[in-house]
Amino acid sequence: MSAPTTRRIEFIAVAVIATLLIVVFPLLNSAGVISNFTLNLWGKYLCYALLAISVDLLWGYTGLLSLGQALFFSLGGYMLGMHLMRMIGDLGQYHKPIPDFLIFLGWTELPTFWKPFSSFPFAAAMVILLPGLVALVFGFLAFRSRIKGVYFSILTQALTYGGSLMFFRNDMLMGGNNGFTDYKFLLGADVRDASTQRALFIATAVTLVLVYLGCSWLSRTKLGLIQRAIRDGENRVLFSGYAAAGFKLFIFVLAALIASVGGALYVPQVGIINPSEMTPDKSLEAVVWVAVGGRGTLVGPVVGAIVVNALKSWATRAYPDLWLFFLGGMFVIVVLFLPGGIVSIPDRIKMWWARRADANAATSAPVAP
Amino acid sequence: MTTDQEKTNLILTVEGVTKTFDGFKAITNLNFYLDRGELRTVIGPNGAGKSTFFDLITGRTKPDTGKIEFGWDTDLTALNEYEINRLGIGRKFQTPSVYSEHSVWENLLLSLKGPRGVFSTLFHRTSTEQCDRIDELLTLIRLDAKRDWLAGQLAHGEKQWLEIGMLLAQDPQVLLVDEPAAGMTDDETHRTGELLLSLAGKHSIVVVEHDMAFVKQIARDGKVTVLHQGTVLCEGKFDDVQADTRVREVYLGRGQHGTR
Repeated sequence: MSAPTTRRIEFIAVAVIATLLIVVFPLLNSAGVISNFTLNLWGKYLCYALLAISVDLLWGYTGLLSLGQALFFSLGGYMLGMHLMRMIGDLGQYHKPIPDFLIFLGWTELPTFWKPFSSFPFAAAMVILLPGLVALVFGFLAFRSRIKGVYFSILTQALTYGGSLMFFRNDMLMGGNNGFTDYKFLLGADVRDASTQRALFIATAVTLVLVYLGCSWLSRTKLGLIQRAIRDGENRVLFSGYAAAGFKLFIFVLAALIASVGGALYVPQVGIINPSEMTPDKSLEAVVWVAVGGRGTLVGPVVGAIVVNALKSWATRAYPDLWLFFLGGMFVIVVLFLPGGIVSIPDRIKMWWARRADANAATSAPVAP
Repeated sequence: MTTDQEKTNLILTVEGVTKTFDGFKAITNLNFYLDRGELRTVIGPNGAGKSTFFDLITGRTKPDTGKIEFGWDTDLTALNEYEINRLGIGRKFQTPSVYSEHSVWENLLLSLKGPRGVFSTLFHRTSTEQCDRIDELLTLIRLDAKRDWLAGQLAHGEKQWLEIGMLLAQDPQVLLVDEPAAGMTDDETHRTGELLLSLAGKHSIVVVEHDMAFVKQIARDGKVTVLHQGTVLCEGKFDDVQADTRVREVYLGRGQHGTR
């Protein structure tokens, strides 16, 4: 198939799915066909899809297996979470104008660093700035020291683990192990309202479509070519005059921002953020989604995030004790038998079909005169 | 020591360079001078330090002592790989290093001379001049018909040619070519030799090679440098080098290696 044809098919597919997610699903929800619970669940899956894209941008496209993407997802969530906590106002258990957990810790006034989070624009800016800054500093140090391969994976895992330990501490004043929950309002709307949840779902779907299109464009630029060249032959890139570290840093920060926005959209939809979201196993789960869906493609992580999480929603109810075996088994099966993930299945079938046709032609050939 | 008069014609100066890895002396007091437009062949038995020699020039490793200069007085020991490349020193690796998941055309595009920054590549648009240049290179390396192939699908010899093409796309002043004929048929080897000969003059070239027939073809009247145990054993015309008793002892006389 020629590249323009593939592009057209991709464009049509994206347009159809975007319409379904942004228009049809929310309409069906307001008509009562899709339950609030289901729509909310899918909103969560779409946030995970953003996280999965961020993993794939690094792992599948640049050859950097980051096991710390959950950190950026959670940081984004925490930044918006702080604003949501401020919006509770004095409707908390203690009926004081500061978050309950601060009163529990003996605070009577709002700590200084909390104050600007009363403003939504500030919190929204921090969703971008804080994870971006963390990624910039960490990435700069790691890539300048030419840390790669398994060492990069271990280091990113340590980073997210360190982050979770920090946020578990009460004296971080970020809610400790309970984190933030019990949100009331966002931009003047009650977050628990079905209409607010529907708006959040639409916002998530729009973000996902934009991120998808942006990454798709990126992969077709010369920078995208260099990104994959770094994956396949970093030496050649260096000895061709490209400062590979700069390119890796750019992708690392971009991936952190995508994860962070995903996290910020996730928090008001699930209603809670706590440090367990940034433990290393959360990052590992995201890697499994990408592997199962198909790494090195953009559809793969989205499909993987939705399929694995839908399966998780079902399995944790039907077989609560066996869920982790499902997850591990799925990973092993994909790695052993389907390295291209779910999205490679159609090509596999096509190949199998072509081979079968060839075999038939071969067996019938001697009969022909 | 060289006088300033001689220096003007030098493109690469390696003087008194020593490099030790964990107590193993890979390069010992190495002196090497390359003239502009020269085609130099470097031979030497395995472990003579040929690859380390290239690593030192291209900034992959730093010398313990000694100086490595490009042109007049650019100190290469202070620069890293991509900075050295941007000065105009291109390197072909021993095992062909091409981007296997990119098409032949894309491999050349990424190698073309031009801005190397993150944002300039993000907003890069390939111009018609660049397309023409890639077409030219494709004809030169005889991969015109395979421009849309993934580089990973090419035969070994074709990968070698592609990498040479990628080097030429950078339009470097100095080409460091590590075993270009490895894995090629006799016919391909001969053509590679002719290509390198046609490039001499316009570029300064250093070729590291094992295949003596190939060395003889490209050395012609030019200098051959023999490396042994990390230092220059002797330097001269091919016939003189071949006749040198020390060279015969350490390299040519050993086994059947040099006599084919």
